[in-house]
Amino acid sequence: MSALLRIPTVLRPAMGGESAISVEGSTIGAILDDVTNRFPAVKGQLLNDDGTLHRFLNVYVNDDDVRYLGGVETPVNDTDEITLLPAVAGGAW
Amino acid sequence: MLATCIRALPDEGCGLLLGTVDGVVADVVASRNVAASAKVYEIDPKVLLQTFRRADDEGLEVMGVFHSHTHSPAYPSATDIRQAPDPDWHYVLISLAAIPTDLRSYSIVEGIVLEELVQVEGVTGPLPDD
Repeated sequence: MSALLRIPTVLRPAMGGESAISVEGSTIGAILDDVTNRFPAVKGQLLNDDGTLHRFLNVYVNDDDVRYLGGVETPVNDTDEITLLPAVAGGAW
Repeated sequence: MLATCIRALPDEGCGLLLGTVDGVVADVVASRNVAASAKVYEIDPKVLLQTFRRADDEGLEVMGVFHSHTHSPAYPSATDIRQAPDPDWHYVLISLAAIPTDLRSYSIVEGIVLEELVQVEGVTGPLPDD
């Protein structure tokens, strides 16, 4: 099962420089495992040690935020487009 | 940007900047602060995706973010520095600690204008607990 993963600018240098790559896996978790096996340097920016999604990473399947689907268990089809975007957050505190 | 941040009060306001890599802002995209806090902000993930897609469609870049500090200076906090997502971005800070205002009240009777004393209550004090 090969879907398209769109890579944010800030992660491209550590992921081969491309803006999008084909990825393997039938769930978001499997796909992120595929990605971190291929690009170990980004693992800490994508996943927590327990395999859950990093708090400051937004992952979308097509138009939907996977937080509202199944998180890492969200199913992925080979026509799906997955987008990674670092969260934009901060504040005075 | 200022209007967005004032509307967000008492929480921090925020949004994204669309423009070119050389720092020319083409548009400002307001976002809900999904942290809903007077101390921290987070851009709505849905707005984030929509804005990146719009940038692709229009040949622009998401070039930065703006947010407000409700009571502290317009300078990046340790949190802002630690969580800055992109080294190529511009980070606009807006302090609402001292918004210049000139609010007055008057009576107007038969063309005679008399200024009234305005006493504002309940807007100072500690930040609410989140």
